[in-house]
Amino acid sequence: MSALPVIPMQDPQDDRPTPISHLPIPEGAKPSLALWVENLSVSFDGFKALTDVTLTLEKGELRCLIGPNGAGKTTLMDCITGKTRPDSGAVYLENRLTDLTRLSEVRIAQLGIGRKFQRPTVFQGHSVYENCELALKGNKGVFHTLFARLTAAERTRIDEILELIGLKDHAKRQAGLLAHGQKQWLEIGMLLAQSPSVLLVDEPIAGMTHAETERTAELLRSLAGDHTVVVVEHDMEFVRSIAKKVTVLHQGKVLADGPMAQIQRDPRVIEVYLGD
Amino acid sequence: MLTSVIVAVTGAVAWSTAHAGPLEDAALQAAIDGLGSSADDKITESVTKLGALDDPRAIPALDALGDERLRLGADGHAYVWDSKTRDLRNAVTGQVVTPEPRPLKEVEVSNEIRRVADPVMAQLKLGSPDTAVRLAAAKELSNGGDAQAPVLLHRALEREHDGKVREALTLAIARVDLSSADPNARLGALEVIRKSGDDDFLSTLQQMLSPGDNGQPREPDAQVRAAAARARDGIVSHQRMVGFAGDLLHGLSLASVLLFAALGLAITFGLLGVINMAHGEMLMLGAYATYTVQTIMHGSRFYLFVAIPVAFLATALVGVLLERTIIRHLYKRPLETLLATWGISLGLIQVVRTVFGAQNVSVANPDWLSGGLEIAHGLVLPWARIAVVGFVVVVSAAVWFVLQRSRFGLEVRAVTQNRAMAASIGIPTKRVDALVFGLGSGIAGLGGVALSQLGNVGPELGQSYIIDSFMVVVLGGVGRLAGAVAAALGLGVVNKLIEPLAGAVAGKIVVLVFIILFIQRRPQGLFAIKGRVEA
Amino acid sequence: MERLREMHSPRAWMFLGVAALLIVVVAPLVAPVYMVPLLGKFLCFGIAALAMDLVWGYAGILSLGHALFFAMGGYGMGMYLMRSIAGEGVYRSELPDFMVFLDWKTLPWYWHGFQSFPFAAVMSLAAPGILAFVFGWFMFRSRIRGVYLSIVTQALTYAATLFFFQNAAGFGGNNGLTDFKRLLGASLHDPGTRKTLYVASAIALFGTYLLCRFVVTSRLGRVVTAVRDAELKSRFCGYNSTNYKLFIWTLSAVLCALAGALYVPQVGIINPSEMQPSNSIEMAIWVAVGGRATLFGAVLGAWLVNGGKSWLTAALPSAWLYVLGALFVAVTLFLPDGLVGLSARIKAKLVARANAKNTTSARTVPSTPTEASVASAAVAAHPPAPPPT
Repeated sequence: MSALPVIPMQDPQDDRPTPISHLPIPEGAKPSLALWVENLSVSFDGFKALTDVTLTLEKGELRCLIGPNGAGKTTLMDCITGKTRPDSGAVYLENRLTDLTRLSEVRIAQLGIGRKFQRPTVFQGHSVYENCELALKGNKGVFHTLFARLTAAERTRIDEILELIGLKDHAKRQAGLLAHGQKQWLEIGMLLAQSPSVLLVDEPIAGMTHAETERTAELLRSLAGDHTVVVVEHDMEFVRSIAKKVTVLHQGKVLADGPMAQIQRDPRVIEVYLGD
Repeated sequence: MLTSVIVAVTGAVAWSTAHAGPLEDAALQAAIDGLGSSADDKITESVTKLGALDDPRAIPALDALGDERLRLGADGHAYVWDSKTRDLRNAVTGQVVTPEPRPLKEVEVSNEIRRVADPVMAQLKLGSPDTAVRLAAAKELSNGGDAQAPVLLHRALEREHDGKVREALTLAIARVDLSSADPNARLGALEVIRKSGDDDFLSTLQQMLSPGDNGQPREPDAQVRAAAARARDGIVSHQRMVGFAGDLLHGLSLASVLLFAALGLAITFGLLGVINMAHGEMLMLGAYATYTVQTIMHGSRFYLFVAIPVAFLATALVGVLLERTIIRHLYKRPLETLLATWGISLGLIQVVRTVFGAQNVSVANPDWLSGGLEIAHGLVLPWARIAVVGFVVVVSAAVWFVLQRSRFGLEVRAVTQNRAMAASIGIPTKRVDALVFGLGSGIAGLGGVALSQLGNVGPELGQSYIIDSFMVVVLGGVGRLAGAVAAALGLGVVNKLIEPLAGAVAGKIVVLVFIILFIQRRPQGLFAIKGRVEA
Repeated sequence: MERLREMHSPRAWMFLGVAALLIVVVAPLVAPVYMVPLLGKFLCFGIAALAMDLVWGYAGILSLGHALFFAMGGYGMGMYLMRSIAGEGVYRSELPDFMVFLDWKTLPWYWHGFQSFPFAAVMSLAAPGILAFVFGWFMFRSRIRGVYLSIVTQALTYAATLFFFQNAAGFGGNNGLTDFKRLLGASLHDPGTRKTLYVASAIALFGTYLLCRFVVTSRLGRVVTAVRDAELKSRFCGYNSTNYKLFIWTLSAVLCALAGALYVPQVGIINPSEMQPSNSIEMAIWVAVGGRATLFGAVLGAWLVNGGKSWLTAALPSAWLYVLGALFVAVTLFLPDGLVGLSARIKAKLVARANAKNTTSARTVPSTPTEASVASAAVAAHPPAPPPT
């Protein structure tokens, strides 16, 4: 599966000012990093959702993020994608050295961070085809979209994605009428259409059949390499089938971080979470 | 022994001053009868005699003389014609005289007589046993250009005990002294005036400082001029303070009404997510309920005590009815609820117009709420406004109590936080919804009772408050009592403080702009809970 | 071109053409003279309804303050009409009568320039447009949405109404601007002028309709409805939802102002009661009655409701407010898709009955993206999942 070339976004209109930080390269930062989360802390009304979370993602990596409910996995994704402002800490994006925590979620999305939510969120009132069209990478400014027409290349791309997610026959169907699993796939398709460099996937296989789960695993594995993928999941089978490296969160802190085999044997992890 | 002597002497003195002896009575009557004479100089002579007698009981007769209500009876006595009750009365006792000693002759009064009678009247009034009469006389003398006034005033001041009247007399003397030839007297007067802060003197002071016909300031003495300027500035700042305090109270009472409206709205919106455009009409219905109760009870002074529960129950009932029939079908569609409730408000206004007429009706304050508390000169805090502020404090406390400490309040809070959970543990959520809506409407109804005491009541009453109460809810954060209170206070007071400076419209615009800017920084309002923003 | 086909199917284009012919050409020829301004008024309401549908039906912003933009457009035109009769008023002064009456000696600075028609025409649209842009920028930026937004727009228009009611504001106070005589040299009472104004309004209506149709069938239109249905998701897709909302909001305001500017010469008066919150809310009900996010339905709703209003206020004046109130309640409770949605549902039921043998879903699968958006719009008006606030 080929990804479209990454076109740098130039959106002059941000919700909040975008100071491109001219920070010195952080200690230990390697050019092959896709994402660098540093000492992230968030608390809601006294409840500490994340405490000093640090992790790094190599380019092209496929990382699984696991942990019990309430461990802070979704909050971590919220911080990276700009949905939640952390109280302290920073998130750096590869060599741009931009602190994502200062940007709006729009800007972050345009910079190439894509996210699939826990609950399938698609545009219910639009057709499957239109959903993909909307997600497609490109100029997302107001005046451009007023006169935009899909190019042949873009049409092909959408067809490819529809084929991949198995919704080619439902292209004109209204997204709100799809079954739950189909909506999941549509959302994955939208994520692909965005051609992000980093994909954050939150519980992709919830409600899927075994066959669909296989397909998802295959898809994610194929995406890694050209993209950096982070998957949050509870299903350990699934995690084992896709993950090289796993990060375990517990009560807002990073409990363990390493290859799957090592994590499985880590007594702390077993105590807290696995107990398979 | 000594005690009994003192008692006896005091008693005698008191008795003698209170009850003039029969000798004095006769002289009094004779002089009064002399007022009915046909000869002018006889009348003036009688007036002077009355002045010498210094008996305040002569006041009604002199009053009647001035109004041309004095009648000379066929028996040679002078009587007073009471134009209100259309009776002939005895000049001294005031009792109605029957049969009337006809024929009655009207006593005519010339300006010459008036010139003599007015100061005698003033003198007698200054000596009247009634404090109010003395006070009025002192004030009147303060304005007059009467030559005899200083003597009378000084004499009265010596005898006077009542603090208020003393103050009025002092001011009257000061005014007279302003035109005195002696600059020291003028200086003394200015000091008194400056301390009083009475703005009646402003124009006089201004005159003193402004140039006269010859181009020079009317006041020749420089020191006096300086004192006059100081006095004028003192008065102006006093008035400003007074005005400010008045506006503050006005703002507080406005805030109270807003709070009534906003409390109900905050509760219903907080629980049900419903913006009720007919909420203003609940205020209006409460006011009209008060009007109805007052009419039915024929303006009894206790009507308010009946009106309060009636208004609450009536509006609560309307609220419950609305919720059961219409609003509960529109949950999860807040914009449509807005439109539907707007339609309801149109209907309610039209019903009221049909039943009560389109004109404003006025609800009179019960006598124990009229008038006000005079704190300083010129500053009267109306009792009605004070009562409204007190009322809202009581009601807010009651609401807080119900929500925080009662079983019902617990259920309400549970349903607000997690409806599904609350339903699954057996809380009748639908009933809670209806009751909450009723409560919110009822509180607004109480606001209507308060409004009825503050001003006129018309069918569109609710419309002018609804936008402001929305602003309060937006500003204060949804579902938070403390926020609603703070916001209502802020808006009410700020509104009223800006009004005298820039007009009501500017006040509203400023408030609106402020809210929009404020929301930028804190979209959740003043007191909202920080939490995960839901997708 | 394909773009035109995206806007309408060939059959729909034909209907549109016929309608245009009837309304623009035939109607002014056959209608009695006294009815022409009345019909013109209705055309202006149609334009306002389109503006309202754009901002509410498609963008999901229930504005309760659009009457303000309508009125501002009207005032702009009114100011030109007043300046054009300078010297002919009761007081024979350069200044409008009401200013002389207030003892004003000079024209306020904001009245200068309105003696020129091009200037007045531009200002009628630009002033409300700029106000809408600034106000909208603050509003959308602060993430105010839903009912809060509606309340704030209502407060804006309320404050403006109070402002315009004041004599000191210089717009004629509560009497407003009236006693117009001429437009561009032609007398306003002349039947020819009236017909011209009517035709201008009709052309404006169809032009507005085509513009709106272009916008909603473009990708921008799809983004806007996506923002309406799932704003956060649209932002995560990289769309700056604030800018999109601001665009539709400002466009809608300008169109509403256009309606107002055409309205005033035909009605002969503009006063602050035109910008009351109740007027804005009535505009919303026009759109709700016809059917949100259908454009055509909005115009239909405007004509039906106003037709009913004209008839009832003449026949049974006291009943009108009851009817209007009941309309609000009935439409929100029983007709969430409006009349257009109702007819679509009836049609679908009839088709379902005709296809009684089919086991698949009776819903016809749309074949072009345009029809998809129409169908989606009809359902979007009553979305299966509550739109996130």
